[in-house]
Amino acid sequence: MKKLLTWVGLFGGLVLLLLVLGVGLRRSQQGQVGIGEMAPDFELVTFSGETYRLSDYQGSVVLVNFWASWCDACKPEARDLEAAHKYYQPRGDVLFLGVDYVDTEPEALAYLEEFQITYPNGPDLRTKISQAFRIRGVPETFVIDQEGIITHVQIGPFSSLEDIKSTIDPLLDL
Amino acid sequence: MKNQLKRSRWLFTSLILLIAILPGSAAAQGSDPTDDDVNAIAKQLYCPVCENIPLDACGTTACEQWRGIIRDKLSEGWTEEQIKTYFVDQYGDRVLAEPPRRGFNWLVYIVPLVIFAGGGVLLYRGFQQWRTVKPENNSRKVSKPSAKSDKPMDEYINRVEEELRKRSKG
Repeated sequence: MKKLLTWVGLFGGLVLLLLVLGVGLRRSQQGQVGIGEMAPDFELVTFSGETYRLSDYQGSVVLVNFWASWCDACKPEARDLEAAHKYYQPRGDVLFLGVDYVDTEPEALAYLEEFQITYPNGPDLRTKISQAFRIRGVPETFVIDQEGIITHVQIGPFSSLEDIKSTIDPLLDL
Repeated sequence: MKNQLKRSRWLFTSLILLIAILPGSAAAQGSDPTDDDVNAIAKQLYCPVCENIPLDACGTTACEQWRGIIRDKLSEGWTEEQIKTYFVDQYGDRVLAEPPRRGFNWLVYIVPLVIFAGGGVLLYRGFQQWRTVKPENNSRKVSKPSAKSDKPMDEYINRVEEELRKRSKG
């Protein structure tokens, strides 16, 4: 009986260990949150101290762009994103949010100034937002519809302003 | 006169001492941290962008920026622990080379020990069993084999001998 208990204990421990390893492995191999999935809720505190919570913007189209000042591939789309933000701003139902991934604040602020970005941007503190969206790198952009569902995932930079508009216009029946 | 000379000598000595001490203290307060100082902390951190490369050995722009932060913080008089806490607050626990000993992270420290201890117990038990089983085996070898157990062997030997006899005749 004692021997049986020992073996059950050992087997249970092994199964538990494999389970933990399996869950970890599965999580690490999962791709980004995909089209059709509910966007994970998050809170972004911008560099200027304002707080944006995604769930507060149900009813609006939200574009979440992950970027970093050290990311060369992010630079070509920076001006286009700002132009798109200015284009939709008068409507009031499209929100652009910039999430600064694994960056340093002085360099991030210099980047925002260089590309004259005015839409809300803030650091991804403790990389919580990027982990929730399971991003693999930057730039990555998620377009979220009025119900909070992801309708477009852009891996890498947008190629033009028209490229950005083509992901948002259908959600606004334009 | 003698007193005045004594006082001026004392003043002179004090002045020399002051000059000797001042640059030292000024250097200690405003001294720039060396690369070694920065790397001593950087090697305990990992940038999430370049996985598995410690910060002191990583050549990306992001890592250079991080090392710049460490240098700035050291210049401001921050301690190693304060700097590490700052990085954890900014980028999460995964920047640390050693996961903090709390919650789920304990598994990292406990599981290898449990496996090691379990392996030790299994080995010990295995050796113990060998010890107890061995004398029985020996006694079996020493004890006179029963006629029943030798029967198949005898038959086999008889057949071999018969075969040999046939061949030698032939």
